Amino acid sequence: MKKILLPFLSFSITLMLLNISGCKPKSAGDATGSDAASRVFVPPGKYDELYNFVSGGFSGQVSVYGIPSGRLLRVIPVFSVDPEKAWGYSEETKPMLNTSHGEVPWDDQHHLDLSQTNGEIDGRWLFANANNTPRVARIDLKTFRTAEIIEIPNSAGNHSSPFITENTEYVVAGTRFSVPLDDANGDVAIDSYKKNFKGTISFISVAPTNGEMKLAFQLSLPGMNFDLSHSGKGPSSGWFFFSCYNSEQAHTLLEVNASKRDKDYILAVNWKKAEEYVKAGKGRKQAVKYSHNVYNEGTHSATSTTETETTVIDVKDFPGIVYMIPCPKSPHGCDVDPSGEYIVGSGKLAALIPVFSFSKIQQAIASKTFDGDYEGIPVIKYEAALHGEVKKPGLGPLHTEFDGKGNGYTTFFISSEIVKWSLKDLKVLDRQPTYYSPGHLCIPGGDTRKPYGKYLIAYNKITKDRYLPTGPELAQSAQLFDISGDKMKLLADYPSIGEPHYAQAVPAALISKNSVKIFKLEDNKHPYVTMGEKNSKVVREGNKVHVYMTAMRSHFSPDNIEGVKMGDEVYFHLTNLEQDWDVPHGFGVKGNNNGELLIMPGETQTLKWVPDRVGMFPIYCTDFCSALHQEMSGYVRVSPKGSNVPITFSLGKNSDAIDSIIKK
Amino acid sequence: MKTLMRLFSIISFSLLISCNQGTENVPANNADTTATASIGGQEKVQDNDSQKDVVKVAVSSKDHTTLVAALQQAGLVTSLSNAGPFTVFAPTNEAFNKLPAGTVDGLMKDDKKEDLQDILQYHVFMSALSPESFTDGQTLGMVNGDNVTVTVKDGKTLLNNSAAIVTSIRASNGIIYVIDGVLLPPAKK
Repeated sequence: MKKILLPFLSFSITLMLLNISGCKPKSAGDATGSDAASRVFVPPGKYDELYNFVSGGFSGQVSVYGIPSGRLLRVIPVFSVDPEKAWGYSEETKPMLNTSHGEVPWDDQHHLDLSQTNGEIDGRWLFANANNTPRVARIDLKTFRTAEIIEIPNSAGNHSSPFITENTEYVVAGTRFSVPLDDANGDVAIDSYKKNFKGTISFISVAPTNGEMKLAFQLSLPGMNFDLSHSGKGPSSGWFFFSCYNSEQAHTLLEVNASKRDKDYILAVNWKKAEEYVKAGKGRKQAVKYSHNVYNEGTHSATSTTETETTVIDVKDFPGIVYMIPCPKSPHGCDVDPSGEYIVGSGKLAALIPVFSFSKIQQAIASKTFDGDYEGIPVIKYEAALHGEVKKPGLGPLHTEFDGKGNGYTTFFISSEIVKWSLKDLKVLDRQPTYYSPGHLCIPGGDTRKPYGKYLIAYNKITKDRYLPTGPELAQSAQLFDISGDKMKLLADYPSIGEPHYAQAVPAALISKNSVKIFKLEDNKHPYVTMGEKNSKVVREGNKVHVYMTAMRSHFSPDNIEGVKMGDEVYFHLTNLEQDWDVPHGFGVKGNNNGELLIMPGETQTLKWVPDRVGMFPIYCTDFCSALHQEMSGYVRVSPKGSNVPITFSLGKNSDAIDSIIKK
Repeated sequence: MKTLMRLFSIISFSLLISCNQGTENVPANNADTTATASIGGQEKVQDNDSQKDVVKVAVSSKDHTTLVAALQQAGLVTSLSNAGPFTVFAPTNEAFNKLPAGTVDGLMKDDKKEDLQDILQYHVFMSALSPESFTDGQTLGMVNGDNVTVTVKDGKTLLNNSAAIVTSIRASNGIIYVIDGVLLPPAKK
């Protein structure tokens, strides 16, 4: 008895002590204000104020959170396979992950940008970049699904992407790693970097009606690393700004060799001018190979097309497109304020934040106030472009967002804080610690002409002791701040999916009003759709067996299939006949070297199965669909190769023996 | 000893909850108060895109006002707006009128709610039965726990040899069979 009681007593006493200390007034250890709980509490049944789209980093996906609650609403599969949702497993979605390298089942998803009209978020699409195998995705916000993925040729490490122009005319993609262009010989010595390596910035046009992307043109630049970018707006609308580092053109030990010079550059790109050249037929037509994958909502299927040509503008041959502005110490963030006048470059090793002026840049270009050139590109004198510097803001500035009230908010990785400063006089107004070491930050609409403000979310790179420990591998951490007052106030922490980099947030109504509930069955144009149970069937075509199957609470039709043989490839084409919101059906097959299907109402999806042995294989619904979900199952019989068991299929034809038991 | 243990656990627990007083009524000044989920069961979900469920189908029928009123009085609307799948045998107003005078009015009284629930649940079968699935002599175990016997004769389907199936209507969460008589559960033993 004592043995049991002692630990219990000590546990109780520990609890008591913990609780006594917990009742004390908030101490310095708890950075939140006393009303923080009420600010983030969204009562049961109430909706969050904002959608927050968060990049998934090395997860390759995008997650969707509600703000201010920090509740996870959805994870959208984009660049990585997701067996839960059959992304990359169903026959219909496999083409979405196709590239010129074949299927790439993973990527590193860094940045997001919501489509805009007149510099304001319009709620139609979300763009996402793939950093590893260069791609840009477009997510349709009616369905929260990836609708399109385009690969970028002549690129490696698509980091400076997918930032958009004010009216979503273009999505940009600046390469992080310069490489020999795709049609040049890549089999060269690495130390021939200066001679053979090129940097490219791609402009992908977006069709205004359906959003379809097209690689419009690419700018060829000297070899270096493009990091981040943002579009001009208002007066600077026709311009795009890119940060770059490694103007040293190092190809080894970059942490030392790419940090030698005092200044790297912000690139000011006059994309309207580049567009004019392209429209006039200028530029080099280059043979390339890249994939363009489109998901068709009508056929519920994706197609992957290999494109073979791109137009390349070598900027040194076309003056007036690109100017370079010196920017201290390996700039990372490149952010444009809501007025479009100020461009903030954040040198990650700099002890200050330079703020450039668009009107001054224009004057410097007009008066040719240059400081020589960088491989043929004019370099504007630093002082001539400068609005001013934020002095001693913190250590390791990375990214800046804006509240629309004349303030910038910059994350500092090394000093682990967010600093609020005034765009007008560049004075530091407030600083708050984050836990720990923030990368990107997000203010709703903070990179548009009309920030919503009110909140700021920091995406921290280091978690350590912020949550209950989960072994050596920890979830990353987001922190929500209230920025409605003069001082920033920490409201809440919440863990995030993968490694968030950039994020976007928008008032909920702009998105929620368009959200699709079901796919209309009558609009289903899938080549293997089964319109009603009566049309369900099993068809053999050589060694391919096509199962035209339906799902409806609470059975599959057919649910008994015989005549499948070893050596067959079985394709289950499942049509969910439901026309009721939130009634998906799932589908799994024992021993299938594949994922499951999750089929939305009115949709058709296909799961391939190559039986590996003779026997009996149960199939069942994997999504708890109804009170009789557990009954939603069936059998597939697999016979040896050469067997004479014919293809048969049925639903509800039970054996007499069983019926007689039921009848009694 | 046991008493001591209990005492400690009570103290620990009361201390655990003591700091949380008052949090339940904190106003959520950041929730978007105009956007909210429905208050109630799934029958309150705003959805003009999905097919109608069995309740919405019944509500939209002018021949089933008595049934709908009875479902509301019996508190079965929420359950029948659920995922189902249901087979609902739906007596028409005329079918209810065939009952002895005062029967329906009597059942609609609050103290008869359980009887009303029993009768209405006797009209519901779990699983959406297709019209072809009815066979002569078939026994259906209804939601209230009693059985209904099916007779198929001359192309007509009769339930308990009294109520005939008039027509069927597909709903999102099941199927409705309009019947011309009210099914009365067997007397309870």
